Amino acid sequence: MAGIESGAAGDQPRFLPAGDAALIVEFGAAIDADINGRVLALDAALADAALPGVVETVPTYRSLLVQFDPAVLTHAELAEALAALGPAPDGGKAAARRWTVPVAYGGKHGIDLEDVARHHGISAEEVVRIHLSGDYRVYMIGFAPGFAYLGGLPEALHTPRRHDPRMRVPAGTISIGGMQAAVCSTPIPSGWHLLGRTPVRGFDLRRPDPFLFRPGDRIRFVRIDAEEFERLDALAESGGYLPEPDGPAGGGED
Amino acid sequence: MADLIVVQPGPQVTIQDLGRVGWQRFGIAAAGALDPPSLRAANLLAGNPPGTAAVEFTLAGGEYEAEGATLRLAVAGGDFQVTVDGEPVPPWTGFDLEPGRRLRIGAAPDALRGYLAAGGGFALPPRLGSLSTHVRSGLGGLDGGVLRPGDRLPLAAGAAPAGPPMTLDPQALPPRREILRVVLGPQDDHFTAAGIETFLTGAYAVTADADRMGYRLNGPEIEHAGGFNIISDGIAAGSIQVPGTRQPIVLLADRQPTGGYPKIATVITPDLPSLAQARPGNTVRFQAVDPAEAVAVRRNWEAMLGRMGEWLAPAGAGRELDSERLLGINLVGGVVDGLA
Repeated sequence: MAGIESGAAGDQPRFLPAGDAALIVEFGAAIDADINGRVLALDAALADAALPGVVETVPTYRSLLVQFDPAVLTHAELAEALAALGPAPDGGKAAARRWTVPVAYGGKHGIDLEDVARHHGISAEEVVRIHLSGDYRVYMIGFAPGFAYLGGLPEALHTPRRHDPRMRVPAGTISIGGMQAAVCSTPIPSGWHLLGRTPVRGFDLRRPDPFLFRPGDRIRFVRIDAEEFERLDALAESGGYLPEPDGPAGGGED
Repeated sequence: MADLIVVQPGPQVTIQDLGRVGWQRFGIAAAGALDPPSLRAANLLAGNPPGTAAVEFTLAGGEYEAEGATLRLAVAGGDFQVTVDGEPVPPWTGFDLEPGRRLRIGAAPDALRGYLAAGGGFALPPRLGSLSTHVRSGLGGLDGGVLRPGDRLPLAAGAAPAGPPMTLDPQALPPRREILRVVLGPQDDHFTAAGIETFLTGAYAVTADADRMGYRLNGPEIEHAGGFNIISDGIAAGSIQVPGTRQPIVLLADRQPTGGYPKIATVITPDLPSLAQARPGNTVRFQAVDPAEAVAVRRNWEAMLGRMGEWLAPAGAGRELDSERLLGINLVGGVVDGLA
């Protein structure tokens, strides 16, 4: 994927004001692992620098929203400080981890599996096989608590969004929309296609760290059957099931 | 133990403080009071630190009772009609609610959002560092939802009223504005020069689609330079999205953390309460300021909020102007505009 926006990715980022108390640092105009990597590297460097007056940051696909306290900083001062920061020594990758996420496909857990298969003229089993073959990257968390936007959906499954969004899909939904895939952690409205459901709780306030996934993490899916889903889901509900990361995300090409 | 009992809440009544800070990167909406200066005023009158969680209501507050102890309460945000067992309570003034008596909070001629603060604050569990309710994600407040008849709001221990009730001259609050100051961007380059000109000169009416998440406005169509889909990025409070309808949507406290329409400009923090207090049918206009000016305005605004406590005075200290004003508001109703 690198190269879609390679010219812009080599350029200096753009600093864009977002009101009196926020600045957006934009690295490009594409969903691209290199651009996203630069966002995460700046985010990590800024966290390390602990710049006074920075209130919170929101890393997204191609930009970093930096919310600041105007009593302490101006836009110009913040932009200058950000420009002076090099990327974090490890490029922000140290915190990224690799996860294996179990999914029950089809049936009541993946009500759009057959439709997606029909759309592509392949079997439901083939859709599952292709989805399982993907090596996914968490680009950002957004939209709803713990909702993980994934890149790395194999092109054979790129599918236009539904014409008619659903008002509510359950927590744990594994879905695809356009060239993107997602792990959803709370019930949300959605226009994406539901392929399956995971018992993994991506967001659970009972945990000291309520959020499982971070931008930069890598995810592979593994198939479980409906009975195993019920077993793990009951365990997860009682707080007795949470996957451990397999290890650091590692290099991996996107 | 003392509780504030919700007998009959108004529409969309929630608990709000200054919102969740630091979690937007995990998909958590900030939430928080739509009119922070009015939240601060209610808290000062109730004897609380300015960011203490209070009841936020829209149009009218509803009916409440105290249980277990006398509570020090205050309503702020506008000249809301407040009565205890039918007896009028002056606006912008603290009062005590004894068990067995009934507090009613009606509408205000000059405001849409109001705050009911209780001395000592509510003993509810913070979620991610805040009591603010975000209904869409079921977080905060009382079980993450709007208040319902029969709900009990426990007061923090030691919440007995301290000293005489106080009153606050509403001049202590920043004045409301019909012209909202904005900083252009972050995606003003997604609009034509004519589109930006339209945006900065047109009058935009608040539509009925106006809630804690955002205000849809209706006015002259704003021309995009290209498409209206962008790659989703982080959304600051006050961001003005312009989707394919070519009409602006100003995003407020309950906004989604990330989103995908071009944002032509961002309303500055000091002017957001004025929008949140505007009703469907009211019109607003936008005026561009550069980032440095926005910061300067913000600093003055914060300084004004910091001085709000200096305007507190003991209630009933013979301020004749206030009592005339009160008579007009509570007894004459319709003619208050001339007095306010």
